[in-house]
Amino acid sequence: MMRATLDRRTAVKALLQNRGDLLVVSGLGSSSYDVFAAGDHDANFYLWGAMGGAAMIGLGLALAQPSRPVAVITGDGEQLMGLGSLATIAAKKPRNLAIVVLDNAHFGETGMQMSHSGLGARLELIATGAGFPSASTIEDGAALDAFRPKLHDLSGPHFARVAIATDHVDRALPARDGVFLKNRFRGHLGFPVS
Amino acid sequence: MAASDTPIPAPDWPLAIYQALKAADVRQLCYVPDAGHSRLIRLAHDDPAIATTVLTTEEEGVALSAGAWLGGQRAVLLMQSSGVGNCVNMLSLLASCRFPFLTFVTMRGEWAEFNPWQVPMGKATPAAFEIMGVTVFRLERPEDAGEMAAAAARLAYDSDQPIAVLISQRMIGAKKWTEEK
Repeated sequence: MMRATLDRRTAVKALLQNRGDLLVVSGLGSSSYDVFAAGDHDANFYLWGAMGGAAMIGLGLALAQPSRPVAVITGDGEQLMGLGSLATIAAKKPRNLAIVVLDNAHFGETGMQMSHSGLGARLELIATGAGFPSASTIEDGAALDAFRPKLHDLSGPHFARVAIATDHVDRALPARDGVFLKNRFRGHLGFPVS
Repeated sequence: MAASDTPIPAPDWPLAIYQALKAADVRQLCYVPDAGHSRLIRLAHDDPAIATTVLTTEEEGVALSAGAWLGGQRAVLLMQSSGVGNCVNMLSLLASCRFPFLTFVTMRGEWAEFNPWQVPMGKATPAAFEIMGVTVFRLERPEDAGEMAAAAARLAYDSDQPIAVLISQRMIGAKKWTEEK
């Protein structure tokens, strides 16, 4: 495998430019920091826990809001903990859902131990095998630009593995209060606080 | 046959739960299958107003329920007691964000159980929910199903509470292990 060179912050910022009515769920750890650093938004739901659950939160949201595109942006470790959810999503085939895995082949939050993707697991093949009709590997800026319209095309479900560098980036910490994040997100969709 | 000889039919408890969920405007139903839930699963599949999702493991349903609520919909999770332990960590999502949550759990390992491997998780099921802050209801009589489902739905969705309704194995009937000729 070629050494990945994409900077994670640059990659996420590129994916979220002109985001329009995109709803975003971010997996715990660096993925949440990346999504926040690209620009805080009421339509972002940052996870600080629930490891393995980001893709399924995205599915429940996508089914509830079929006219809005939904992107789950998460890490290789987070997605590896919920591999079964790829089969669940592929079986349900929500057209408005994209799963984007930022893959640095390591557990970045816990000391950079090598992850299964670094040890040979091919997440895009797992997604294809689970039944995703669309699975991409993104290794440079041109591929990012080519993929970005799929976040909005309502022809999913899409899966993308973005190969990112392991270089250190500064922390960018979004709000951690779950009730606040929930109410802010629902408020964006027009639902009142109970 | 005289009218007085007509046997009183057993209450159709899966239908009663289904009707309570419809009255509560539940729009998503996800499940890991169990024989005890098969009728309710079929009712949901036959209803175009309910999106059904089959899961690979039970904690997926906890996360899906949270996502549905973020998107303005009410979801319910059906599972067997053997899957409750799988949910423990994901239940922290509900507590951290005060998400509503409603699950119906068919019990194994508690009444005339044939399979000893079902007993440990069956015994631990109420405690596994309670250590994570989930309120546990017990459904022992089919005639209570509709009222209990309605009360559980109200408490979940109107008071932002996580609620588990445990459906007793005695009520469902123990799984048959021998073919009846």
